[in-house]
Amino acid sequence: MGARDWLLDDSPASRVQADLGRAYRMGMALLRNPLAVIGALIILVLILTAAFAPWIAPESPFGQDLANRLLPPSQQHWMGTDELGRDIFSRVVYGSRITLLIVALVAVISAPLGLIIGAVSGYFGGWTDRFLMGVTDIFLSMPKLILALAFVAALGPGIENAIIAIAITAWPAYARIARAETLTFRSSEFISAVRLLGASHFRIIFRHVLPLCTSSMIVRVTLDMAGIILTAAGLGFLGLGAQPPLPEWGAMISRGRTFILDQWWVATMPGFAIILVSLGFSLLGDGLRDVLDPKHGGER
Amino acid sequence: MTAPLLEIDNLRVSFPTHTGRVEVVKGLSFTLGRERLGIVGESGSGKSMTGRAILRLVRSPGRQVADRMVFDGIDLQAQSERAMRALRGARISMIMQDPKFSLNPVMTVGAQIAEALRVQERLPHRAVRARVLEMLEAVRIHNPERVARLYPHEVSGGMGQRVMIAMMLIPRPDLLIADEPTSALDVSVQAQVLDLIDELVRENGMGLILISHDLGLVSRYCDRIVVMNAGEVVESCVASELNNATHPYTRGLIAAQPRMEETRDELPVLDRSAWSGT
Amino acid sequence: MSAISFRNVDISYGDTKVVEGAGFEVAEGESFALVGESGSGKSTILKAIAGLAPDWTGEISVLGQPCGHRPDQAFAERCQMVFQDPYGSLHPRKTVDATLVEPLVVHGIGNRSARVVDMLAAVGLDRRFRFRFPHQLSGGQRQRVAIARALMLEPKVLLLDEPTSALDVSVQAEILNLLKRLRREQGLTYLMVTHNLPIVGFMCDRMAIMNRGRIVEIAPATALHDGAFSDPYSRELYAASGGNPDLEQTL
Repeated sequence: MGARDWLLDDSPASRVQADLGRAYRMGMALLRNPLAVIGALIILVLILTAAFAPWIAPESPFGQDLANRLLPPSQQHWMGTDELGRDIFSRVVYGSRITLLIVALVAVISAPLGLIIGAVSGYFGGWTDRFLMGVTDIFLSMPKLILALAFVAALGPGIENAIIAIAITAWPAYARIARAETLTFRSSEFISAVRLLGASHFRIIFRHVLPLCTSSMIVRVTLDMAGIILTAAGLGFLGLGAQPPLPEWGAMISRGRTFILDQWWVATMPGFAIILVSLGFSLLGDGLRDVLDPKHGGER
Repeated sequence: MTAPLLEIDNLRVSFPTHTGRVEVVKGLSFTLGRERLGIVGESGSGKSMTGRAILRLVRSPGRQVADRMVFDGIDLQAQSERAMRALRGARISMIMQDPKFSLNPVMTVGAQIAEALRVQERLPHRAVRARVLEMLEAVRIHNPERVARLYPHEVSGGMGQRVMIAMMLIPRPDLLIADEPTSALDVSVQAQVLDLIDELVRENGMGLILISHDLGLVSRYCDRIVVMNAGEVVESCVASELNNATHPYTRGLIAAQPRMEETRDELPVLDRSAWSGT
Repeated sequence: MSAISFRNVDISYGDTKVVEGAGFEVAEGESFALVGESGSGKSTILKAIAGLAPDWTGEISVLGQPCGHRPDQAFAERCQMVFQDPYGSLHPRKTVDATLVEPLVVHGIGNRSARVVDMLAAVGLDRRFRFRFPHQLSGGQRQRVAIARALMLEPKVLLLDEPTSALDVSVQAEILNLLKRLRREQGLTYLMVTHNLPIVGFMCDRMAIMNRGRIVEIAPATALHDGAFSDPYSRELYAASGGNPDLEQTL
């Protein structure tokens, strides 16, 4: 019996086999969607680039060479050089690390936070719900970038504070989704059945409610990644995110703005990187939605 | 007997799956006069799909083919989608299972019934209103003027189903297809709704196809019965002869039903291996 | 001591009273039915006993212990419930195994794997089904899993909320037979809600007929044979359910 048959077995012999089989089926469904595959490939390239940046980048991202400043793209400098003679390609490659770090940290902080607040709010309802959703609505009512700006202004500029600021502005949307999702099955019979077993609220929320919210959350977070990258770039552009000489893409565009008419490549190259990665996350998110979210006809 | 109202020969409906196309209706044939035909089967037997296929309502990627599908001299398979739309409702109507999902929640009951009529016939406003109230009375709604102004969520399940019936019968169709028309209703209301359908069908000399999982109910309200299992007809008989059914599936189905004066200790269970390959 | 004692209970949802002045006693080992049409309050009574409809006044006790207004662990060991919809009562992302282990984990009971295997056998499910997800099961198989989950804690009282109304006739027969056999083998007490009188005739000893939140009559199941009901509503319900010349009678 091949590995494929083992995974697709209709009557698995263990929990591990059942879970792997499910994951395999989802993976296959995802692979049938060409756009999602393209998205996944872009993300994979981003991760590999970040991991192997020192081997990929031909030069140091910080090495200044004032003799060779503002060179157009050529054999030697694929993306040209910037105003301090640094190789833009190398800086974009190293910049992928920062982008990935921002994306990962924001996801790790804000998704669980939103998930828990939303699930608790939806599960208990009543005053808990009104209070938590009130707070959420206050956060939601303010534009993301402005709110992040205010936080960074209070905390001081820097990449860590930018991440915290973005995470704080990102969770309310997740809380809303998790709450809506929780409300749809809060009074369903399988939750009643677990309550009847005498399980605690804590257990019901974490073991039974949250697993059902996660798939739509993963989809939403993936789709939001593009926005997070853009917010981070926006903060960088405004000089409130990563500080020079860190090769953050938004900050690089900001620096290149001065030369945009004569030396277009300085601002355009990191811009391309941002667009490409945002696109990758969006495509992957769309594909994941088709696979994970039964509401859109995925599990047929 | 005059020319049949509906003739169906070798109807097949199939859906694609990962392992190729799967047929849910496998070569169904029957003819229907101006009579009442019951199609009985359990879930997955293809009985509902048959009802939809007659109206050519099988949604893509499902596919239907038949050697012959003729309604009152009209070849249903040769009709354009546009011609089918004109046929649906006007000549062939369908009553669905749950009125809650079939009625438009933001339109009053009266407006929806009027809409059903207006699509088919051009009538002055006053005449439409008169027909709507007349129809509501015909489905035994005592206060038609008031009910016509209600929204679907303001009427009970039984009342909603009566409104559906009014909506389906107001264009005076020749054939009515009722797919589990009462399974969402309470027993006492069930009988009323079915009696009503029965009476209207007989008065207007229409054909009726009653699709249901309930053998007892179908045998009570139909002239002939077709029993389906896994897409195939296993038994076809006159309703009064159901007790003499020969196929083990039909017999098993009858026996598995608890009776009012139950004395058996255990209900006989269908032995599916007796006739199907699985 | 009666298994379920229900004395002068009013149950409300918000401002509306759904059940008024209901009272009945179910003896240990008895199978008792609550019969009525939708909106009669029969399911609400089950929910009140289970602690899922907390807004009630009066006295409810199970096996001599008064019931609280919320489900708790001690209650869970005495009394469990099987729900109506086999498609909605199983967690869609959990395997059969995970669903059946859950009660053992919550109550800290060991030897889990063996217990799950035994229970699957008891409800007539093959071992192959143990690690399947609900969407890989048919309606009847799901309902067997739901029954197995309810029995994992070895309760003495089982609340059944229309356990077969969503199933096909042939599958219904299998589940009814299973419930009947389990009751005999484990000495269970059943309180079953249904709108289907013939099922009462097959499964139950006595029944309470409900109409608009009130119990109008308590009758033995044998009343179904001859229609010996005293209340006019009961007679009406009996007639509408086919207590008249019918397919089955002539068989």
